[in-house]
Amino acid sequence: MEVNEIIKEENLVHRRTPLMTDAILSYCPGCGHGTIHHLIMEVVEEMGIQQETIGISPVGCSVLAYDFMDVDFSEAAHGRAPAVATGIKRLWPDKFVFTYQGDGDLAAIGTAETIHTCNRGENITIFFVNNGIYGMTGGQMAPTTLEGMKSSTTPYGRDAMKMGPPFKVTELVAQLPGTHYVTRQAVHKAGLVRKAKKAIRKALEVQKAKKGLAFIEFVSNCNSGWKMTPNQANQWMEEHMLPFYPLGDIKVEGKLVRDFCQELMEQTTEVK
Amino acid sequence: MSELALMKGNEAIAEAAIRAGVDAYFGYPITPQSEVLEYLTLQKPEERTGMVVLQAESELAAINMIYGAAGTGKKVMTTSSSPGISLMQEGISYIAGAELPCLIVNVVRGGPGLGTIQPSQADYFQATKGGGHGDYHLIVLAPASVQEMADFVDLAFELAFKYRNPAMILSDGLIGQMMEKVELPPQKPRVSEFDQSWVITGKTPDRERNIITSLNLDPDLQYEHNMKLNEKYNRMSEEVRFETIHCEDAEYLLVAYGSSARICQKVVDVARGRGQKLGLLRPQTLFPFPTRELARLSRQMKGIMSVELSNGQMVEDVKLAVNGRVPVYHFGMPGGKVHSPDDVMVAVDENFIGG
Repeated sequence: MEVNEIIKEENLVHRRTPLMTDAILSYCPGCGHGTIHHLIMEVVEEMGIQQETIGISPVGCSVLAYDFMDVDFSEAAHGRAPAVATGIKRLWPDKFVFTYQGDGDLAAIGTAETIHTCNRGENITIFFVNNGIYGMTGGQMAPTTLEGMKSSTTPYGRDAMKMGPPFKVTELVAQLPGTHYVTRQAVHKAGLVRKAKKAIRKALEVQKAKKGLAFIEFVSNCNSGWKMTPNQANQWMEEHMLPFYPLGDIKVEGKLVRDFCQELMEQTTEVK
Repeated sequence: MSELALMKGNEAIAEAAIRAGVDAYFGYPITPQSEVLEYLTLQKPEERTGMVVLQAESELAAINMIYGAAGTGKKVMTTSSSPGISLMQEGISYIAGAELPCLIVNVVRGGPGLGTIQPSQADYFQATKGGGHGDYHLIVLAPASVQEMADFVDLAFELAFKYRNPAMILSDGLIGQMMEKVELPPQKPRVSEFDQSWVITGKTPDRERNIITSLNLDPDLQYEHNMKLNEKYNRMSEEVRFETIHCEDAEYLLVAYGSSARICQKVVDVARGRGQKLGLLRPQTLFPFPTRELARLSRQMKGIMSVELSNGQMVEDVKLAVNGRVPVYHFGMPGGKVHSPDDVMVAVDENFIGG
């Protein structure tokens, strides 16, 4: 059988969405960002909304996200993506506006913008990639760094007594009346990738129906920052990150669907 | 149809914004300019023209809403006062770097720090020399009356869009709070057609995607960008605006802008009454600064005095323009105290005419 006989429409199993540009991804091998970029662009393509979509890129590893996703983009100052998105969405209420942010950007320096944009229920979509570390600047502690986890600024492990406990920002924004759909996903396994894509579709449909803010956290890895191989990083994420940041929907149709009060109480007790 | 009204300077800015067809205002309360946001929310501009008005959670959020909204190519503005403008500096630097047109109004109060809520002109350096990080300039307009507070809104947007650059109206607590008669401009329609070549509207098949950014990791590209910006700032020199009062035969010159210029007008009147040949140069644009006019006038002067509500900031630009030809003095009260015409008159007598 010749190669040309195989390359036929009926044999197509998967193709790269044309909404991803030809630029070479600047992410480390094994990083989750590339997969998440692809999923967002696949959904934008499937919904036929490329001409109405505007993305906001953050400061962090995904600072150059606009090089990879073929939609109009605005770069934001560190942490300010939700404010930038608010400005755009208020003037283009019928366009699709999303922010793409990391944990340092969204849950440390940009906490006020995150909370108030969610509280106002801006009709935008926030994609939040949580790898528990500052990747771009070389692996410093992030607000989501786990207790005991080593980073370049917690070389002996994060001590919650000194540095505060890891911050569950997604559970926090879920409690605000402005958020309509809040979920936590991951992309390190094929099944999870399919679930994550469905969540992205749902989030953009929420925006289309003008129902309020949709917020998706992706628990992701940072093998470079964690000083692990890609496989080790995924395994470590399964064993340590996911028990603390459990996957699944937190708020659907404006209603909390997971009771996380007990989890937060237990965490509080540990810190004391 | 224009109409007369008695208004505070802050209210005049707000009304002029609606009438200029501004698309969005994002702001945060701070004395002495809170009337702008209060007036706008009371006026329901969303019904009058469709203008968006939103109270942000901070000046930081407000300036970043401006950054986002300015990327759509529409007319957007914010107002604040000194500490709030300091908080906005990062965003203003990004806006200048990304070459976005917008209007920022600073109703200056005394500082540094939390300072006082009384009028001051101590933010001159911050307004005219950039303010945030990096090589950049704002177009800076300095109103000296409630009428100019209203008139400069439209002018600021005209210049901001001409140069794709943020413009600032540098006012102060005195001009912002005082009431004067003002002739309001007629209502302009909001512009519905935009220059699509650079704005973010969603990528259409006929063009590459548009990206609003100030990031150039490659130093060669950043160098080119800085040189292009610099060329733009040089071109802006043709926009210089100023007023001269009794300068034709003057032998001594006051240079003052904004509320200080109003005080100096009185000083010139008194001096002329006493037979003293005193004139006033009032810059209406602080960037670009009327350097050439000042250099020209300096040739007929025996002395020049910069009068500002500060410990002397504009005086440095006056000295650069005069380039040592004649003595240049500073007079002014900092920290929220406002000098009277008598205070200035004493300084005039002591420093050059009487001295």
